[in-house]
Amino acid sequence: MIELTSQTLDPEKFTSVVRRSTNGAIVTFLGTTRDNFEGKGVLTLEYEAFDEMAVKKLEEVRQELMAEFGLDDVAIGHRTGTVAIGEISLVVAVGSPHRKDGFYACHKAVDRIKEVVPIWKKEVYEDGSRWVACEDHEFTHEHEAALQAGDG
Amino acid sequence: MTLLYFAWVREQIGRDAEEIALPADVQTVAALLDWLRSRGGGYASALEDLSVIRVAVNQEFAAPDHAVADGDEIALFPPVTGGAPS
Repeated sequence: MIELTSQTLDPEKFTSVVRRSTNGAIVTFLGTTRDNFEGKGVLTLEYEAFDEMAVKKLEEVRQELMAEFGLDDVAIGHRTGTVAIGEISLVVAVGSPHRKDGFYACHKAVDRIKEVVPIWKKEVYEDGSRWVACEDHEFTHEHEAALQAGDG
Repeated sequence: MTLLYFAWVREQIGRDAEEIALPADVQTVAALLDWLRSRGGGYASALEDLSVIRVAVNQEFAAPDHAVADGDEIALFPPVTGGAPS
């Protein structure tokens, strides 16, 4: 199950989707909005998405994870629009027969979402706002190599 | 050709989308970015540092040498930062 929504995310909705009698573990990640960046108070976060492509990429990540870990389902929900401090911006729920795969798959899902899903985050402070810079990582080896080869 | 802009690229260019007639000599992503930059103003400042620009052609990430054609949908945006706060 994939959901991209401007409404509040309910974690129970996502964990219940991956519940199976064959699963011994459900691992759920909740991404929540933090109230500070480098000591500066953050009022809200704003998430902007390229909706159509984001839904496609979320589904791709879901399929990737299911194939790699032999999972029946992965449920992902991402929030768009303004998200108040302490609210949930991302839910990833993974059900697996054993917990080791569940933990690993959930972690990888969050990392992959941050790499390939076209969603951007803006921190709003009392005295302005800032588009969060991407962490330095490669999202596909081919793309980064191509950027280096084609640049200049 | 449809151009879509997101995040600070959208803010600096000053619009979230536009339709353009693709010049005949613009045939790759790299050429399109150069052509947009040559428009000056917000285009030049948004596209000043191409290392922080990502491009999707018809909703698939595309390298600078990827072909572009009339009828394509091209999206320009910064590296993605969704998911969980770090």
